Amino acid sequence: MIELLSQPWPWYVAGTIAGLMVPLLLILGNKKFGISSSLRHTCAAVIPANIRFFRYEWKKEQWNLFFVVGIFVGGFIAGTVLHNSEPPIVAESLRSQLSLWGINDFTGLLPSDIFSFEALFSVKGIVFMIVGGFLVGFGTRYAGGCTSGHTIMGLSNFQVPSLIATIFFMIGGFFSAHFIVPFILQNL
Amino acid sequence: MQNTHHETLEENQARHLDSVCTNESELDHPWWHNFKYLIVGILFGITLVKSEIISWFRIQEMFHLASFHMYGVIGTAVVIGSIGVFIVKKLRLKSIYGEDIHIDSKTFNKGQIIGASLFGIGWAMTGACPGPLYAQIGSGFFAISVTLLSALAGTWVYGALREKLPH
Repeated sequence: MIELLSQPWPWYVAGTIAGLMVPLLLILGNKKFGISSSLRHTCAAVIPANIRFFRYEWKKEQWNLFFVVGIFVGGFIAGTVLHNSEPPIVAESLRSQLSLWGINDFTGLLPSDIFSFEALFSVKGIVFMIVGGFLVGFGTRYAGGCTSGHTIMGLSNFQVPSLIATIFFMIGGFFSAHFIVPFILQNL
Repeated sequence: MQNTHHETLEENQARHLDSVCTNESELDHPWWHNFKYLIVGILFGITLVKSEIISWFRIQEMFHLASFHMYGVIGTAVVIGSIGVFIVKKLRLKSIYGEDIHIDSKTFNKGQIIGASLFGIGWAMTGACPGPLYAQIGSGFFAISVTLLSALAGTWVYGALREKLPH
């Protein structure tokens, strides 16, 4: 069983579980699937700094923090008990493109060339990890949600604003993957 | 008394600002009731790692149209989620506490264009949306804590600048 679960899971299994999060959270306690809000609740809990956006009773939303701690623990279980030492499959066309751009490490889910503590001493690493992370936090809150809150929860409830947000997530992502990421990899 | 009520209202409004995920429950549970969300989170976290949604390479594949994987994951999730919402509404299901389930509608604002584009840029750079950030750290990529801290900083700066940004 452990053997089977350690193999990479196919998309339809992952999609089904992710989709089931929506009705499951509704039934467990009227909660709306969404993850980026955990960042906001953490700000509200730790450094509200009298900013109106963070002045609310974050404790009413603490279920969301339990949920993301669960994601962390799930990641730990997947990386230990269910660990799979096979390198991930990367599409050949992408692999050769990335090699040209200077990515050499294809052994893990993240290339250590740009995602490691050592990489933090390079401009490239700083831009990918710190600027990238900042944009994720700033952008999701500005958009009012992320891939879970808008794309999965919002689209499941046929919300037009979520469709607009999802379209622009993709536009930003395509632009970034084709212009920004190659630029940083080749020039910084 | 009037004043207190007004403040509560304002507090609620602040909490629901542009948010897609706030939750108002009339019920008050002891904190340990939240452990069930931890369990659900664990299931989701394992899924994120084992299906390689947390992989930077998978996200690049998606944006280079080099693999169907991520489209399959997201597409299936939306279909299953829609069926779930449909059933919940159709059968007027109640939560396990007997509460009516209601899902607020979202209103459009420019953040869903500007903010969403900025997030998209960051998504392709980090190869992660917020959920995968937690799962990446849990699965042993400890350096991603720096990315998570930076995402927290981004959220905080948005909160600080909110009134000045177009919405």
